[in-house]
This record gives sequence, structure tokens and C-alpha cells, in this order.
Amino acid sequence: MSDPVIIAENISKAYRLGQIGSGTLTNDLKGWWAKARGKPNPLLKIGQEELDGEILWALREVSFSVEQGMVLGIIGRNGAGKSTVLKILSRVTAPTSGQIKVKGRIASLLEVGTGFHPELTGRENIYLNGAILGMKRVEIDRKFDEILDFSEVEQFIDTPVKRYSSGMYVRLAFAVAAHLEPEILVVDEVLAVGDVEFQKKCLGKMGDVAREGRTVLFVSHNMSAILRLTQESIVLEKGHLVIRAPSAEAVDYYLSGGNAKAGERIWDADEVPADAAPFRPIALRLLDKAGKIVDTVRSTEAFKIEMEYALAGPLTGLRIGIYLSTARGEVVLTSFDTDDQKHFEKHGSRPAGHYISGCVLPPDFLNGGCYTLGVNASSYRVRRYFMDEQALIFNVDTSGAPGMQWAEPRPGVLRPRLEWKIESK
Amino acid sequence: MAKSDRVQKGSSKWDIVIGPQRNLFDLRLRELWHARDLIMLFVRRDFVSVYKQTILGPLWYLIQPLLTTITFTVIFGNIAKLPTDGLPQFLFYMSGTVTWTYFASCLTKTSETFVSNANLFGKVYFPRLAVPISILISNLIAFAIQFAFFLAFMGYFVLQGTQLHPNWWMLLTPVLLLMMAGLGLGFGIIVSSLTTKYRDLRFLVQFGVQLLMYVTPVIYPISSIPHQFQVLIQFNPMSSVVEAFRYAYLGAGTVNLVQLGYSFGIMLVVIIIGVVMFNRVEATFMDTV
Repeated sequence: MSDPVIIAENISKAYRLGQIGSGTLTNDLKGWWAKARGKPNPLLKIGQEELDGEILWALREVSFSVEQGMVLGIIGRNGAGKSTVLKILSRVTAPTSGQIKVKGRIASLLEVGTGFHPELTGRENIYLNGAILGMKRVEIDRKFDEILDFSEVEQFIDTPVKRYSSGMYVRLAFAVAAHLEPEILVVDEVLAVGDVEFQKKCLGKMGDVAREGRTVLFVSHNMSAILRLTQESIVLEKGHLVIRAPSAEAVDYYLSGGNAKAGERIWDADEVPADAAPFRPIALRLLDKAGKIVDTVRSTEAFKIEMEYALAGPLTGLRIGIYLSTARGEVVLTSFDTDDQKHFEKHGSRPAGHYISGCVLPPDFLNGGCYTLGVNASSYRVRRYFMDEQALIFNVDTSGAPGMQWAEPRPGVLRPRLEWKIESK
Repeated sequence: MAKSDRVQKGSSKWDIVIGPQRNLFDLRLRELWHARDLIMLFVRRDFVSVYKQTILGPLWYLIQPLLTTITFTVIFGNIAKLPTDGLPQFLFYMSGTVTWTYFASCLTKTSETFVSNANLFGKVYFPRLAVPISILISNLIAFAIQFAFFLAFMGYFVLQGTQLHPNWWMLLTPVLLLMMAGLGLGFGIIVSSLTTKYRDLRFLVQFGVQLLMYVTPVIYPISSIPHQFQVLIQFNPMSSVVEAFRYAYLGAGTVNLVQLGYSFGIMLVVIIIGVVMFNRVEATFMDTV
């Protein structure tokens, strides 16, 4: 369990932004020729410096190790460098500096079905795809029946895959990849495809892989899948590895590490996308019953959610919405400020000005734990002006809540105080 | 103590070390050997998929050289009246077409390796050279079919009483094939390595190969060229191969072992340059495509 099978040492990856070279041979030759004669490049505009293009560091000095048999999650926002890590690991591209040492075969599920040829039959594609993923022919022969069984496309196995439904296609592709028996399996968002039943099967297979002592790297935006499947996770932020911790902790860090601050989210003018106009968000706040900004509310007390915003011009049909979700990403509720028919009629159109839309959440409502609050401003079926899915993160404290005499965690999102009656008959 | 021993022992053995840039001559040929199953499956894929959903199917392998040969016979033989070293025009042009087609298709198809496989290369690692090598092999199958077709026509002409003089040079056939494949592969992967940066070359290859045919003795024999220009034609490494082929099977042509040796040397140089360039590009081409 303690032998590292992957050691990444100071991995960096630089991408040059913009055009690399001038794209055509003649232009590059002109450039070199001018340089050779000591003249400025004729293709550069006057006053333009000769730059090799801007450099973007997709990864900066990232080091980590993965022990045998571990399921490691990799979390991060888009562009944080997750995919680059996987690309380097699966040797699709080389790092700019640093090195990764790997023990055993790596199979990536970067995208299932790579190399599938639409004109070939399912059977032919199993062999082709298996070989592309690194299997020997005899190995595929040996596992063929198992793959076929797993894929559930037995009766179409001699039909060209271009006639397959997308579900069948994915099942077949995953079946091949799942039977690779690599020492290290890399999975990236693969669970987004296929029907629910099949997803379950995939997750089961991933679990099997891990139980057999093999190592899994799992990249996902789905925090509940990360929490369910991984023990430890690393969080990437703008190419840096910011934390490695048990998954629950890493997920919390990730969710709170963005722009969510304690009890209040204030949008600076430069954070608001230009296309939000005329809507301009100012702040989202969480207030206790005394009107104080808090990041922890009591389950037994009511609390207020307040969205402050300005309109640079009049808007018709505007509605301000809140999205309440658990830290694992399950939506608890969605509510709009004009849900009520009275408000809907009265505030159907709002003149330019400064507004606060607020609502009160009742006491004895949420169970303890960590929640995120998102906000959205839109006109139904017309336009979405602004959206921030994780604007705020807050905790709910259960002291005094029903059932606290038992010090056990209580599953469930809600913690209502229900009217029980106990009658003896 | 025992445990740390084990860890030490374990960590000294790594299967893969992924680093920035590989040694120039670290060609990973062993990996390529391990990928031979994959190469054969690529060959099968190319062969099976090309003519799926066509009416004539693999018959196209025969129609292409036949129509080209007929066209050449009519235009260059009957209208332009180019000499053919005293050979029947049909066989002369067919031998040229069949050999040239093998070289040309190896070159054009391998030259597209990176650009047309960008999607696949972007997702999975396998020795990239497997793709151009599989192209050589699948083209070889096409060549074998066309060559058998050529032999059939040869037999027909002999039955009609034409004097042909196949000779011991035929034993060189595998070497000639190797040279055509090698030259096609070498030039092809050089171009494919460059096309990841310069897309111009794709267009250059398309008509460049056509132009190259005219400085190769495909539609004329070397003997018909004024003596002082023959050297220029023989500078082209494919010239001696095409002439040698013709000489071996039909018994007329201008070739000697020195010229073949020269072409062989060029082939080796081109392959080495090509493979080294290919391996360099392979590591990072996904960032530029």
C-alpha cells in the first residue's frame, strides 16, 4: 500500500499563446533572412517587439506522488491544469521541465472510444481499440468474451459501429478500456456519458480496479463522485498544486477557495462580465436574525439571504434567483424574488436604480454541514444577465436541533422539527 | 528495516520516465517492436475501411493502374510518341506506374501522419511510428495486387509472342521494394514533421509528387535522355529503382549497381533524418497542431 507508483517531480508545462511561428514557411524564411542580414523582420509592424509569443504556464512546479492502490482525486476549476497533468501522464505531450516516474502500465480514459473507426464492426474495433490502448492481440483474445459481456452489445458485434446508438458506442468503448487491467487507471469526466445504469457499472468497475490493488487517478467536477470514490485529492489552482488532503477536506477547500468569502460576496466592478449590463451585482450576504453578516447560521434559527444590485437602465421581466446546494453539489432549492404572484405583477419591470432582493429561510430547515449559495439574474426566456454558481459558502450549526441528544451524524439535507405523536393503543 | 528495504528496491525500478525532451537518438525501437500487433491492426483497418461502401470494392486496386496505364499509353506513347526502349508501350508504362504509385502513395500518406491523426494522438500514447509503418505495409498489399496484375499482363504479352527478357535482377525485387518504401517513408515523415508547423508543405507534397514523376523515368526511359542530362535524372534516387525494376522484369533499362547503391545510401540518410525529426516532433506536437 505504501509503495509509490507515480512520482511527479516539479512538473511544469508552458504553452506559447497565439501563433507559433508565422504559420507559413515563406513568412518564417523571410523573417530569418531579414535577421541574417541584421534587418528588422519585415512582417512585424513598426514598433512591435519581436516576442516569441506570450507564455502561459499551464503547470508550475507540481510535485506529487501516488501510492499503489490509492484512488486519488484531482480537483480544480477549468484551466487549473488538471487536463495537462493527465496529458503528461498519458504521454500525449511532454512536460517543459520536471519528470514523472511511473511503475506499471497507465491506461487513460481521457476519452473513451479513441481510434474507433466507424466503418469497422464492433468486433474489429475491440481489437483495434485494445491495441491502441496497449493490449496485445492474445490478451484481447483472452478477454474478448468478458468485454463483449460487459458492453451489452453482443447481438450487434458484427455491425459497423457507425450504426450504433451513442449509448452502445460508449458502452463498447468503455468495455475495452475497462478490461485493460492497467496498473494505473486515469479517468477524466468519463462518468458524464452513458445512462445511469451504465454509470453505476462504470463506478463499480473503478471500485474493483482500486480493490484489486491498482491505482486510479480520477478527475471530475462532480464533487459527490470525488467524495464517494477517492480517499485523497489534490487541488490545482492556476497551474499550482495548492493542497493535498483527504478528499472531504480538499473538496471543502476547493469550494471555499474560489471567490466565496465568509458570509459576504462583494463583486468589484472589474469582476463583472461586460455582457451583464445593464445589470450590475454588488453583493450577496448572509445575515442572522440580528442583521449581522455571518458565515455560520444555526439550524434552529431563521436567517436572511440578501442580494444587492444596481440597474443602469430599466429592465422588464428581471428575476433574481438563488441556488442553494450542499457542498457535494446536490441542489437543495432554487427560488426567485418574483416567485410570488404579487411581486411578479408589481416588479414586472424595474426602473434604473439600486435594489436589494432578500428572503428569509425558516428555522428548523437545514441539516448541519457546508452549503453553497449561487445567484443568478435573468429575464425568463429572454436573457441571462449574470450568474455565479458558487458565490458564497456557509455552514449550518446543529446545536439545539431536534435529535441532538444522540451524537451521531444524521443523513439528509433537511433537519425539520416534525410534529411526532406517540400514542399507546 | 525490512520494509524500507522493500521500498528502496521497489522504487529503483521505474517502467516509464516521462521527461521534457528525449535524447536525439533515443528512438524507442523496442517499443515499436512491441506495437507490432497494433501495426497489423492499423493495416487491416486501412485495408478494410478504404473500399467499404464502394460498389467495386478492392477492384479499385486494379482499375487505378489500368486506367493510368491506358492514359499514358495513349498520350505519351501514341500521341507524343515517346520511346520505350523497344518494349511494348503498355507494359512499359504499367511497370512505371505500378512502381511509382507505391512510392508516391507511401510518401503522400505518411506525410499526413500528424495532421490526420491529431485527434488520436491527442488522446492516447503509442509509438507514433506505428502509423507510417502501417501505411507502408497496407500500400505494400495494394502493390502486391497491382504487381500480380502486371505479371498477368506480362504473361499475356509473352503468349502473344512478344520477346521479353526477365533476368536475375528479379532477385533484387525485395531490395527494390525496401528502397521504394524507405524513400517514401523517409521523405514522408520529414514532411509530416514539418507540416505540424508549416501547413504549406501539404500542398507542396500534393503536386510536388506529381512533378517528381516527370523527373523519374516513369513515362520515358533514361536512354531517351541526352547523355549530359542523364546524370541529372539519376540524381533522383527513385530513377535507378524504377529502371532496375523495368530491367529485371522486361529486360530493357539503364541501371547499374553503383546507381542503386547511391539510391540505397540516400534512402538510409533520409530515413535517419526523418526518424530523428519525427521523434522530436512527436513529444510536443500536440501543443502546436
